[in-house]
Amino acid sequence: MNIVVVTAGLSVPSSTRLLADRLAAAVGDRVDGADLRVIELRDHAKDIANHLVTGFPPPSLREALDAVVSSDALIAVTPIFNASYSGLFKSFFDLIEPDALTGKPVIIGATGGTPRHSLALEHAVRPLFTYLHAVVVPTSVYAASEDWGNTDGLDTRVARAAGELAGLLTGRAPSPRPAEPELIPFEAQLAALRPQRSAN
Amino acid sequence: MSTTSTQFGIFTVGDVTPDPTTGRAPTEHERIKAMVALALKAEEIGLDVFASGEHHNPPFVPSSPTTMLGFIAARTSRIILSTSTTLITTNDPVKIAEDFAMLQHLADGRVDLMLGRGNTGPVYPWFGKDIRMGIPLAIENYALLHQLWREENVDWEGRFRTPLQSFTSTPRPLDDTPPFVWHGSIRSPEIAEQAAYYGDGFFANNIFWPKEHFQRLIGLYRDRYAHYGHGTPEQAYVGVGGQFFMRKNSQDAVREFRPYFDNAPVYGHGPSLEDFTDQTPLTVGSPQEVIDKTLTFRESFGHYQRQLFLVDHAGLPLKTALEQLDQLGEILPTLRAEMASGRPSTVPDAPTHAARVAAGSRDVEEVSA
Repeated sequence: MNIVVVTAGLSVPSSTRLLADRLAAAVGDRVDGADLRVIELRDHAKDIANHLVTGFPPPSLREALDAVVSSDALIAVTPIFNASYSGLFKSFFDLIEPDALTGKPVIIGATGGTPRHSLALEHAVRPLFTYLHAVVVPTSVYAASEDWGNTDGLDTRVARAAGELAGLLTGRAPSPRPAEPELIPFEAQLAALRPQRSAN
Repeated sequence: MSTTSTQFGIFTVGDVTPDPTTGRAPTEHERIKAMVALALKAEEIGLDVFASGEHHNPPFVPSSPTTMLGFIAARTSRIILSTSTTLITTNDPVKIAEDFAMLQHLADGRVDLMLGRGNTGPVYPWFGKDIRMGIPLAIENYALLHQLWREENVDWEGRFRTPLQSFTSTPRPLDDTPPFVWHGSIRSPEIAEQAAYYGDGFFANNIFWPKEHFQRLIGLYRDRYAHYGHGTPEQAYVGVGGQFFMRKNSQDAVREFRPYFDNAPVYGHGPSLEDFTDQTPLTVGSPQEVIDKTLTFRESFGHYQRQLFLVDHAGLPLKTALEQLDQLGEILPTLRAEMASGRPSTVPDAPTHAARVAAGSRDVEEVSA
């Protein structure tokens, strides 16, 4: 199982990356043969902006986008900025074709300085992946600064989300590559435009 | 007109863009006259094709291509006049049939056209059309255009315009031979399929993106061209774009072009010039580098019939664009010789009116289409 972790933390070290790693480890413990790969969006920040400007990805970003699309499951973690996902996180997922994540199991996670932003996961991040037809596990995982200082809560949520993802992956064949769109033969395109006459 | 294996030419968007090194933008009048000057220069240096875009909003000026091409036709004698593109979605196909047939007569056959859907969504309502119907409009309008150029007393009914009864568009195409049609697309397999169905040409404007995308699109067109019985995949009519800035010395070209690149409307303020030249057809360098890059297109897309370059964009002054054409004229004999070398005799030459008349293309197309 190819599981890709997308993390949009900006600092080094990053609490967003820390949460991503915790989620990845918990998933790795529960999914047989999990092959985990982490994509740090910071490493692709310029390429993401260039793709938005030119309409095509430079080679290393192309490879990262392909990895996300062809993965069996996704762990996506963003810092919460101004009540929503970070611009870098959104810009990356803006480059994904709208049907490319259809049916893909996803854990969403976020970090922030205060627990008051936790529902941003539900009102911003979850709708994004729902729009992309991904299957987001019921438990989303938010980590505020204070969560890193105590032992209860965060680990439980991480474990629950990982368990939910593992459940979705059980008995599931690895994802096929997205199919090329089917070509509609020209006669069919022409025929669809012919005026419909009622028989009389 | 003698036969040419690959036609070389220029295509212009007709944008009014400030020169980033001076801040000054040409007036619309200056830009329109500059486009004409480029067309005349293109003929002077021995190019085969001049093509103008069609746009209906600022900062673009060429809203009326057949008017401009008619004016150029009167001042040239050899070059083929074309478009890049004519909007098959929002123009009435009856008017396209008439305008280009008229131009054919005035230019003694030196006319073809490239059909496309344009780059501006809002243009649809400006001409009373529904943007959601882009592909269906392209399909229905071209089916009618194709018929109007080949039949008289046309009875026709469709979804997007009023029916026609016993309608004959005038004038009839010169020598009963309609202009050759290229279908231009950067994205849509439906358009490649349309070009293949009719046995028309397919132009992939590849200048802003990496080649892999266009290899798939052109490959699809070639396969479907064969599927519809027009010939082998290698016999399909392919055109591609190109973009360069050259000076004798490569470093001079990079230094002079960089401010234009960095501020260009399409890709400015994005990737570096170096990355963009690595990843797209753009060449900024010496004449030899332009030759080398251009010859890679044949490796990527197979032997092809038309090569159009963009030389007048991003606010480059007319004087500079004319110098670029002088440079292109100097390497043109090499480009022609290299492009023709190793070309199988089964690959067709580029389409011309004379060759199509000689081949009786009207009858051929009626049978095949």
